[in-house]
Amino acid sequence: MLKIENLHAGVDGTDILRGLNLEVKPGEVHAIMGPNGSGKSTLGHVLAGRPGYTVTAGSATLLGQDLLQLETEERARLGLFLAFQYPVEIPGVSNMEFLKAAVDAHREQRGQAPIDAVSFMKQARETCKVVDLDPAFLKRGVNEGFSGGEKKRNELMQMILLEPRLAILDETDSGLDIDALQVVARGVNAMRSSERAFVLVTHYQRLLDYIEPDHVHVLADGRIVRSGDKSLALELEARGYAWLEDEVA
Amino acid sequence: MSDFMQQVLDSAATGSPPWLQDWQRAGRQRWQASTLPGRKTEQWKYTSLQGLQQRFVAANSGDVELSAAGVALPQLGGPRLVFVNGFYSPAQSSLESLPPGASLVRFSDADDQQAKRIRAHLGLATGRDEPLFTALNEAAMSDGVFLDIAPGASLAEPIHVVWVSANQGEAFSVTQRLLVLCGESSSASVIEHFAGGAGGQRSFTNGVTELLLQAGATLCHYRLHLEQEAALHIGRVQARLATGATLNSFHLALGSELKRIDLVVDYCGEGAHCELNGVYLPRGTEHVDYHTCIEHRVPNCTSSETFRGIVGDSATAVFNGRIHIHRDAQKTRAQLNNRNLLTSTQAEVNTKPELEIYADDVQCAHGATVAQLDELALHYLRSRGVSRAAGEVMLSFGFINEVIESIRCEALRDYLQPMLAARFARDPALVGQVA
Ligand SMILES: Nc1ncnc2c1ncn2[C@@H]1O[C@H](COP(=O)(O)OP(=O)(O)OP(=O)(O)O)[C@@H](O)[C@H]1O
Ligand SMILES: [Mg+2]
Repeated sequence: MLKIENLHAGVDGTDILRGLNLEVKPGEVHAIMGPNGSGKSTLGHVLAGRPGYTVTAGSATLLGQDLLQLETEERARLGLFLAFQYPVEIPGVSNMEFLKAAVDAHREQRGQAPIDAVSFMKQARETCKVVDLDPAFLKRGVNEGFSGGEKKRNELMQMILLEPRLAILDETDSGLDIDALQVVARGVNAMRSSERAFVLVTHYQRLLDYIEPDHVHVLADGRIVRSGDKSLALELEARGYAWLEDEVA
Repeated sequence: MSDFMQQVLDSAATGSPPWLQDWQRAGRQRWQASTLPGRKTEQWKYTSLQGLQQRFVAANSGDVELSAAGVALPQLGGPRLVFVNGFYSPAQSSLESLPPGASLVRFSDADDQQAKRIRAHLGLATGRDEPLFTALNEAAMSDGVFLDIAPGASLAEPIHVVWVSANQGEAFSVTQRLLVLCGESSSASVIEHFAGGAGGQRSFTNGVTELLLQAGATLCHYRLHLEQEAALHIGRVQARLATGATLNSFHLALGSELKRIDLVVDYCGEGAHCELNGVYLPRGTEHVDYHTCIEHRVPNCTSSETFRGIVGDSATAVFNGRIHIHRDAQKTRAQLNNRNLLTSTQAEVNTKPELEIYADDVQCAHGATVAQLDELALHYLRSRGVSRAAGEVMLSFGFINEVIESIRCEALRDYLQPMLAARFARDPALVGQVA
C-alpha cells in the first residue's frame, strides 16, 4: 500500500530524512517511535506535501501511485490522511463547513454528488459522539480555541468521516487523558480493515496496549534504525533510545 | 471652481421644502468657496477625485423596478423605505410595521412639528466646520429621511432604508441625507443599504448620515455599500454619543470605481461606548477608502474598532483610523485593529493608524497588518482533499466572516453571508462549499 524507498528530504537545504525505507501493507498497523527531532513529523509532512519540504532523493508510492508527483489534495483524495501533531486553527471558517467541504471533495473523487446538508449534519453529530466531542464544536471556527485534546479529537473525527486508505496519526495520543486515549483506540480499531492501514507516531507504549501494532519501528536521525514487533515498544519503554543509538553508531 | 464643482450644483434636484432652503444656500456658498482637494491634501492622498471630472445630470425619475435594477432586497421584518436614484418609491416601501415610538418621515413630507424637530437636530453631528462634501450634501439636499425614536422606545425590528442606483441612460448624481435621533434610553436598529450600479452608467452619490444618541440610548447601525462598478460614492457618517449611549456600527463596502466613506464618532457624554466594525472588498480596478475618526472628548468611554479588507486583482484600498483622545478624556479605553489580505500581487492597500493622545490615564491599543493568505491554513484544508481554489475561497471568506459574525441582526447576517461567500468564488460551483 505505502512504499517508501531511500527517502531523503528536508527543509531549507537541511537534510532531515536521510534514507528512510518503510513498507506498509493493507490491513497493517505500524507504530513509529523515536526521539524528539528525529524526523517523525517530517515524514508525515513530506508524504502530505507540506509547502517548504523538499525531497532530494528516493521515492514514495501509495496504492501504486507516485505520491511525490501529486498535489496535496490529490494525495488526500487518493486515500492519504495525516492527523497533524499540531492541527491548524482557522478562525472564521466553521468546522462544519470545513468538514463538509472535505467530505464533498472525497465524494467528488468517487464521482458522487455533494452530500446533502441534512444527512451530513446527522453524520457529523454521530461522529462527534464517537470521538466524544460536543456537537457545539461543529459550529466553532476550525480548531479555533480548541484545547489540545479537543484538536486531537477533531482530527480523529476527520479521519472517521473521510475513510482514508492510509491514516498517519502523528502523536494523536499526546496530551490526551486516559479516556481520550481509549477514544482514539476505539476510533482506530473500529476502522481497521484489510483494505486500510495505519501508521501511528507515538512516544508512548501505552497507546499500543489499546491498538495492537503489527510492526514497531524506531526512527532516529532520519532513518528507521530498528524494526520489530510490539515487544520492541515494551523494550523501548524500559530502556529508552540511547542503547539503540549506541548500537547504530 | 472646476467643471464638476459647478455642474454638480446645477444638476442638484430642485423642489426642496422651503424650510430647508437656507441650509441649501449656506451649503452652496461653502461649496462654491472651496476647491476640490487633490492628492497633495493629506486626507485625499491615496484617493483621486479624477473620476468625478465628467458631466452628471440630475436623476430624472425613480420609477424603476428593483428587479430591473438587478437588486434583490432581503426581507428583514421591519419597515422599509426605498429610494431609487434619489426618488422615493412608495410602491417598494412598506411602513405598516413601523412600531409605536418610532417616526420615520421624509423631509419633503414633514409636517410643521416634524420640520421643527429636523431643523433643531440636523447638523448637530456634522458640526459647523464641516467637510467639503457635506457642504455639497447640504447645497444639493432636496430631501432626506428623519428617523425619530422616542425616549424609552425599544424597537425589535430593524428599520431598513434602501438607496438604489438604477440605469437611466446618462450619468447622474444623487444626494442623500439621513438623520437618526435616538431618544433617551431608547434602543433601535437601522440599516442603510446602497445597491445597484452593476452594468449601469456612472452615478455619483453623496450620502451623509447623522446619528444622534441621547443619554443611555442604544443604536445598532449598519451601512452597507453594496453598490458596484460605476456607482461612485462619497459619503460620511457622523455620530454623537451622549452619556451612557452605546453605538454598534457595522460597515461593508464592495468596491466600485470610487468609494470614500468617512466615519466620525464624537463622544459628548461620559460612559459611552462604540463598537465600529467594517469590511471592504474591492477587486478588479476598484477603489475603497475608509477614513475613521474617534473623538474621545470626555472621560470614561470606550471604543473598539475592527476593520478588515480583502483587496484583489489590481484594486486599491485605503484605511485611515484616527483616534483622538482629548486632554479631559481620562480613563478612555480605545482599541483599533485593521487587517488586510492581498490576494494578488497587483493589489494595494494603504493603512494608517493615527493616534493623537493628550490625556495620560488611558489605554489605547492599535494594530494594522497586511498579509497574504495563510499558506499553512491552506495546506491544512488541502490535506483534507479541498482543492486549492476552494481552500482560498474558504480562507478569504473566513477572514471577513469573523467580522460578519459580529452583526447582531440575524436576518442581515443570513443575507450577507452567502452573498459574500459567493463573491470569493469565481467558480459558482464553489459557493456551496462555503456558506
Ligand atoms: N521548518 C523547519 N525548519 C527548520 N528545521 C525544521 C523544520 N521542521 C523541522 N525541522 C527540524 O527537523 C527535525 C525533525 O523534526 P520533526 O518535527 O520531524 O521531529 P519529530 O521526530 O516529529 O519530533 P517530536 O517527537 O518532537 O515531534 C528537528 O530537528 C526540527 O527542528
Ligand atoms: Mg513530531
